[in-house]
This record gives sequence, structure tokens and C-alpha cells, in this order.
Amino acid sequence: MFYPTSHPWSTDQSLGDHLAERGVSRRDFLEFCGSMCAVLGISSTMLPKVAAQLEAIKRPSIIWLQLQECTGCVESVLRTAEPSIGDLVLDMVSLDYQHTLMAGAGEAVERAKADAMAANKGKYILVVTGSIPLEANGMYLTIGGRTGREILEEAARDAAAIVGVGACAHFGSVQAARPNPTGAVGINKIITDKPVVNIAGCPPIGDVVTATLVHFLTFGRLPEMDSEGRPLFAYGKRIHDQCTRRAHFDAGQYVEVFDDEAARKGWCLYKVGCKGPAVFSPCPIFQWNTRTSWPIGAGHPCIGCTEPYFWDTMTPFYGRLPNVAGFGIESKVDTIGAALALGATAGVAAHAAATGLYQLRHRKQAEAEAAAGSSTPTKEG
Amino acid sequence: MAATRVVVDPITRIEGHLRIEAQQENGRITNAWTTATQFRGLEIVMQGRDPRDAWAFAQRICGVCTVVHAVASCRAVEDALGIRIPPNANIIRNLIHGMQFVQDHVIHFYHLHALDWVDITSALKADPAATSRLAASISPWPNNSATWFAEVKDRVSKFVSSGQLGIFTNGYWGHPAYKMPPEANLMAVAHYLEALDWQRDVIRLHTIFGGKNPHPNFLVGGMASAINLESTATINAERLTDIHDMIKRAQRFVEQVYWPDLQAIASFYKEWASIGGGVTNYLACGEFPEGNIDEPDKFYLPRGIILDRDLTKVVPYDSSKVAEYISSSWYDYAQGDEAGLHPYEGETKPNYSGPPAPWTYLQGEKKYSWLKSPRYEGRAMEVGPLARMLVAYASGHEDVKAIIGDALGRLKVGPAALFSTLGRTAARGAETVLLARRMSTWYDALVDRIKSGDTQTFTKDKWEPETWPATAQGYGFLDAPRGALGHWVQIADGKISRYQCVVPSTWNAGPRDPQGQPGPYEAALTDNHPLLDPARPIEILRTIHSFDPCIACGVHVLDAEGKTVTEVKVL
Ligand code: SF4
Ligand code: SF4
Repeated sequence: MFYPTSHPWSTDQSLGDHLAERGVSRRDFLEFCGSMCAVLGISSTMLPKVAAQLEAIKRPSIIWLQLQECTGCVESVLRTAEPSIGDLVLDMVSLDYQHTLMAGAGEAVERAKADAMAANKGKYILVVTGSIPLEANGMYLTIGGRTGREILEEAARDAAAIVGVGACAHFGSVQAARPNPTGAVGINKIITDKPVVNIAGCPPIGDVVTATLVHFLTFGRLPEMDSEGRPLFAYGKRIHDQCTRRAHFDAGQYVEVFDDEAARKGWCLYKVGCKGPAVFSPCPIFQWNTRTSWPIGAGHPCIGCTEPYFWDTMTPFYGRLPNVAGFGIESKVDTIGAALALGATAGVAAHAAATGLYQLRHRKQAEAEAAAGSSTPTKEG
Repeated sequence: MAATRVVVDPITRIEGHLRIEAQQENGRITNAWTTATQFRGLEIVMQGRDPRDAWAFAQRICGVCTVVHAVASCRAVEDALGIRIPPNANIIRNLIHGMQFVQDHVIHFYHLHALDWVDITSALKADPAATSRLAASISPWPNNSATWFAEVKDRVSKFVSSGQLGIFTNGYWGHPAYKMPPEANLMAVAHYLEALDWQRDVIRLHTIFGGKNPHPNFLVGGMASAINLESTATINAERLTDIHDMIKRAQRFVEQVYWPDLQAIASFYKEWASIGGGVTNYLACGEFPEGNIDEPDKFYLPRGIILDRDLTKVVPYDSSKVAEYISSSWYDYAQGDEAGLHPYEGETKPNYSGPPAPWTYLQGEKKYSWLKSPRYEGRAMEVGPLARMLVAYASGHEDVKAIIGDALGRLKVGPAALFSTLGRTAARGAETVLLARRMSTWYDALVDRIKSGDTQTFTKDKWEPETWPATAQGYGFLDAPRGALGHWVQIADGKISRYQCVVPSTWNAGPRDPQGQPGPYEAALTDNHPLLDPARPIEILRTIHSFDPCIACGVHVLDAEGKTVTEVKVL
């Protein structure tokens, strides 16, 4: 999607002119805007506004930093499923710095970044994958002889918006799991004076990244977020409430062990460790890789990768989520889930509460176990 | 003339964070240093966890070859617990890993490596009709029409005239090292774009079996995707047909686009068949079990070692001959910097001793990398596609002999040409062709088994921790797209007590050892290696990219307290 050459768009052209020139019909364009509205949860009465905004935009600059990470998030964005019109719209960016794809190297790309940041001061979008290691004076990650922290702080200073892509940027992901040997943190531990949107997941679905950028470009602001900084249009609903196997959960039809008769009938994975009831994620709706399937769809329980510190709070991955079936926390979460439907503001609060409840519960359990001398992790934050 | 100091940091179009320093004199590289500049510490994170969770942690070592650490981890835990996975699960893993190879190698060629050889700006001067004739002369690929090439040319010229060059900003366009005529450049640029759409399609095989890509799901004991022809929620005939067609599309692209393009581009750069060879020893641990995991003679790609480039014999691999050195790495050993430790006795005590950031140069520093230096009987070894193809070629592997022989014949060079930057890139292409073809064999085997009534994908008898011994240890090998990989796990009381990986990029990208012997990257960069303009180091990128670096892989070992992370055995 971020390959500018696939649909070059000259500097002074608006997107509307660009599309017209490429022979994209007004109807196709409006259809795309409509589907974007649906994805973003925007009322269709806003459609003309969305279309007008999108048509008028010019290609903004994107600076993409890759810090302490595995490149999985970049690969995920490369897999973005798109109708060809989506390809065009995502082409509305000029990707001025991106390690995995850039032709030049070393000084040449560092210069390209500096030039782009100066030329687009206050206007560029900063995309970050990866965490920042703070131990050992930051020497666990250097690029061009500079620490990850210094590079991030510099790039954040004049950014119009900061989009963290993936669990690493969100909270440090796997390298921040107990005992967090390099002191890895997410970007919002470093950048505290600006909002940071977290496209959560390890990796997230690429389409969520592109939809978030569309939102910013259209409305000039980041989408509404929950307490974790996750955009509500994608992370506002629990997996469990959207799950294709939910009827089996309600009917008490569970997979007891992998590849049993229940597994071969596609029953609920709760008893083999599914974390879906405690996880907010767009997986069941957006699905993965051109809507081919998704983890639960392919028979594996959800591991909760869109939730903060999931490597500690959601493990063991095949362990049963505490009290879901016993309707301890579950009843509360379900009540709150219903409230979610009521409205955005209520939704944010309820959502935060639901996630918070689960985490609180988990922390208490971990503390109790720690007090009892077990080695189960506790995690602050 | 004094040596010019050269720094390339970041090396782009790779996985991970890599720095190259070099010295250049009279247009040649006289000395080179490889530095890994990122450290994550995943093995220590895995201690104390449920071994059935290990694959997910290990998988996050690398999101580019996103299945290799997961499979190696499952194999290690299965080895430790004595689990034999069902044949269907083994075939499914081969299909997933096979598609990983094919997709990853194609992405590497077009999106990570091609711009070292292909000048985008030259494509603007191409004649689309002549480009179409050129393409038709090497391939029946139906998209190679003059209309399509004209469209691509038009896109590129508009893009260039826009002034916003994005990822192509400050590329080394017009550098005299670019040798191809405009038409060949245009053809490659068009296929760069086509490969983007292609990779997104064929990788869906991972999504069908593993629910997503990157980072599809795996399962100790087999695979979680159940097979049931009578259900909509499982692997059924519809899913199998989708997989069958993806394999066909993968084969077609590889045989009609990637492999012909690679050979066409190579024909303009034949001098690179005597540049960048480097170390003279090659190691392959073998891959794609077509029988049991402990029967290496039934792997599709064989195991073995080539010493001193002697293709008349394949030396058996003996794990006890591996040792890791730290004399150039930011670690301490209790026995001092000269010691070489077998991974069984390995220690990992990080101790950063370089200059404080920001720094300018590391050359001259005694220690300069987060990677250790693995050696086999004291020798540096190259791993990866070239090592695998050499070992197979020397073992008399019929498919490999045929395709390598054919490619050498077409370029009119002998087998010695393989020991080079170009040889590495060509070996990767040859391997991709063979694996894309082999996937059909595995697919047919899976369908045959289902037909005969076997739909089992998981072995349940050792799933519950109560069935495990109090202590256990095991290893999982895997020859990944970038080379030989090993995971070692020790389990005590149902939890991981130790976890260790020895990975491809540690072998290839490691620094000097106590004898001063350079690692494979460093040796390759000083082997008859040109560097015309230190400010535009395109030649360095060619050779480094020919290895397909995955640096996050190499630098994952860390124990902040300087304890444990020690006892492993090596293949
Ligand atoms: S969030 Fe996960 S997939 Fe993304 S870079 Fe981090 S470890 Fe890799
Ligand atoms: S527990 Fe998991 S598999 Fe079952 S309905 Fe909920 S989300 Fe779906």
C-alpha cells in the first residue's frame, strides 16, 4: 500500500483530480468513502463531508520509525487488503522514511528524514513500530550511533500526529514481558505531551492502520480512543461478542482438547484457553489477509495480543480465563458490553472499565500467588 | 593513499538494525566491521513460562520469517516431551514453511535486493514495446505486454516528476555500478509492483492453517486447524482448493517471473560472480522432513558441511564442534575474552563497553557488536540458501544438480561462480523454484491421507503437564530461509528453566573471533570487493543484501543478571 510508484500522485494535485485522472469514477470513490465510514463507525449522513475532505487532501509526509521490534508490524501493513480504490487512497501519503523499503541507506536516508521533517514541520505523521529500551543508557538500540529514545523524541517534536503501530509501540510487547531485561517501554512513556494512538496487536491487522490514517487525513484529528489509546472504531468491541463460535459458548458446546470431535465441528475454544471474552479487537470483523480467516476461525484460541502486557496477563495461553464460565467478572463485563452500544462517551468509559476490571482481577490473582511464593508474574502498570 | 573510513548505518531493506563500517582504498574495500545495534533479550523472558507457550514468544524474534522460530520451538518442546506429531501436522507445517520460503525469497529479491541492481530512473528511458519483446524472450508470463509496461513507465515518470520521491529519496540512481539497459530496468520495476500483489495473495495459506499472517498460530503436538470435510468451520474441500490454487499461483510466479528475471539480471552483472565470496565453509542443518523428524536422510534438503569450498565431499555435521566467542562482542565470559564456549556451557553476560551515544565510529574498538561469533572447529561458516544448495549439490541431490547446472550453463560459468555475491542470490532463486514445486508433492500427500480417512492433526497424549517428566530437555532444528537455526529448551516442573537459540544471522553477521578471523559478512566485503564512492555505498548493499540479513534474529540472547541462559546442546 505504501508504494508510491504503484499510483504516482503529483505534489500539487488534489486526491480528487488524481483519481479522476486515473479513471476512477465518482461512484467508485463514493462507494469507497461509504465503506470507510462504515469501518470507522461514522454516520452515513457524514458521507459528503468525508468525500469532500478526502478529495481535497494533498499527499502528506509520513516518517516511519522502526525501533526495538521484529518487523512483523511492517509486514502486516504490507499485507493490507484493499479494493484498488483503497490502494489509491493509501497512496495519499509520501512515505519519506521507512527502513524496510527505502532504496538508499546510511547517511542518505538519515538526510532524507531530516529534510522531510524540516520541509513538513508540524505537518508530518509519525508512525512508530517498536519499543524503546531504557536500560544501559539506551544502548540496547542505536541507529546511526544514536539511541532509540533520542531518535523518537526528535521525530515526535514536530509531528502533527503520532501513530504507534503494534504491541511493541503500545507497551513494549514481548521484550517488555517479565522481567523486561532491556527496560523496554511503549512510546507513550516517552512522549507525554501529545496524544499517541495505539494500533494494538502483535501485529495489528494492517487495514486498521490504514483506516486510522484515513481518519486523521479526513477529519484532521485522531479517532476517539479508549484508555489504552486504541481507536474505538476498531477496538470498541470484545472478540467474544463478535465471535462466530459464540452460539456454541452460549449453548455450552466446548472444545475440550484440540482436534477432538468438538474441534472438528468448530465449537467454542474457551476451555482450551480462549481469551476472547477479555479482549477488545477487530479480528472477527476485519479478519486477516484479505478476509481469509482469523485465529479463532482457524481453530486456535485468541491469545489476547491487543491487550496491554498480554504476555504476562494472558499467559499461560492455554489456561482457562478465570471465572468466565463461572460468571464472576463475566456478568459485569457483559452488562458493560451492553452499555457500550449506548454511545461513544459511555462506550469509552465502559470499555476502560471492562478492561480495567479484568486486569485488576488478574493482578490480584498474581499478587496472591506471588504472596503464596509462586513464580507467577506480576506487572505494574 | 590513505584509507577512507566508511559508515553505513542504518543498513536499510533488511530485518533488524545493522551497521557496517569499512575502509576503502583505491576503489576497493580493505577492511570491514559488522555491528548489530539492537538487543531484545527474549530467551530470558521465556524462563519460568509454560513450554506450550514458548512458540509464541520465540516467534516474535522475527516477523519477516514469521514461522521459523515458532516451528523450531514446537520441535524443541516436542523433542523434550517425547511427542510425535501426526503425519498430517508435519505436512501442514511443511506447507506453511514452504510457502514462507517462497514468499520471503520473492519479497527479498524484488523489494529488498532488486534496487541494488535496478535503476528506477533508467526505466524512464525504456521503450515499452522493446521491454515486452525482452520479457517474452525469457518468459511466457502473460502480463508482459507492451501496454502494461507503458503503464508502469507512465506511473514512474509521473512519480519522479512529482518531486516527492518517498522511499526512493536519495537512492543511488545513476550510479555507474548500475549496468542494465532501460528495458531490463523497466521489466524489473513492473515485476516489483506485481510481486507486491502476489505476496499478499499466496501468504494466505498461513491464514487458512494459522489464522493470520504475520505470526500465524502453532501448537505443540500438531496444528490447531482441524480437518473435517463436512464442516464450514474447519479445513474442508473449499479451503483445500484455495490452498491448491495458491500453490499453483506461487509456482507460476516463481517460474515465469522471479527465476527468469533473476537470471536475466545476473547476466548483466557477471563480474559479481567473482566478488564477495568471503568465508570458504558452508553449513546446512537440512529441512522439510518427509518421514520422521529424526530421519535426516528423509529430509527434502540434506544436512551437512562443505569445507574449503571442496564440492567433492560433504562432511557430516557434529554438534560438539561448535563454540561461540565474544572477544569482539559486548559480553563477558568468566574465563576471559579468549575462551570459546560450546553452547552447553554458554554464558551471556552483556557488558556494553563501546562509546556513549551518539558515536561516530566503532572501528578501532576491540568490541563492536551485540552478536557473538560462532565457529565450527574454529572456522567461520556461512549458512543460508547458498550453503543448502552447495551441500545438496555435493550430495548428488538430483533436483538441485539439475537446476544449478542449468543456471550455470546459461550464464556460461563454472561452479566456482557460486562462491560469490551473485552465487548467493542465484542459489536463493534456485531453491525457491524447487520448494514451490515440492509444495505440490506435500499437498497431494495431505489430500491422499484425508482421502484414506486420516484427518488427525494433533497428538493429545502429552498435552497435560501431569503427563510430563519432572525434568526434560530437547532441541528443535530448522533450516530457515536465512539458514541453519536451532532452539534448545530445558523444562523443570512444567516450566521452562532454560531456553537458547543459535540462529542464522549469528553465523553470518557475527564479528571477529580471538584469532582475528572475520565473520562471513566481513570476509565477503573484503573479498575482491569494489567500492567506488564511499558516499554512495551501493556495492556494500549488494553483498550484504545477498545474505538477506535478519538481525533481530541474531541478537535476542540476554540475561540482565548475567546468570543462566547457558546450557544448550547444538545440533
Ligand atoms: S508488536 Fe509484535 S509483530 Fe509488531 S514488531 Fe512488536 S513483536 Fe513484532
Ligand atoms: S470463548 Fe473464544 S471461541 Fe468461545 S465464543 Fe468467546 S471468543 Fe469465541
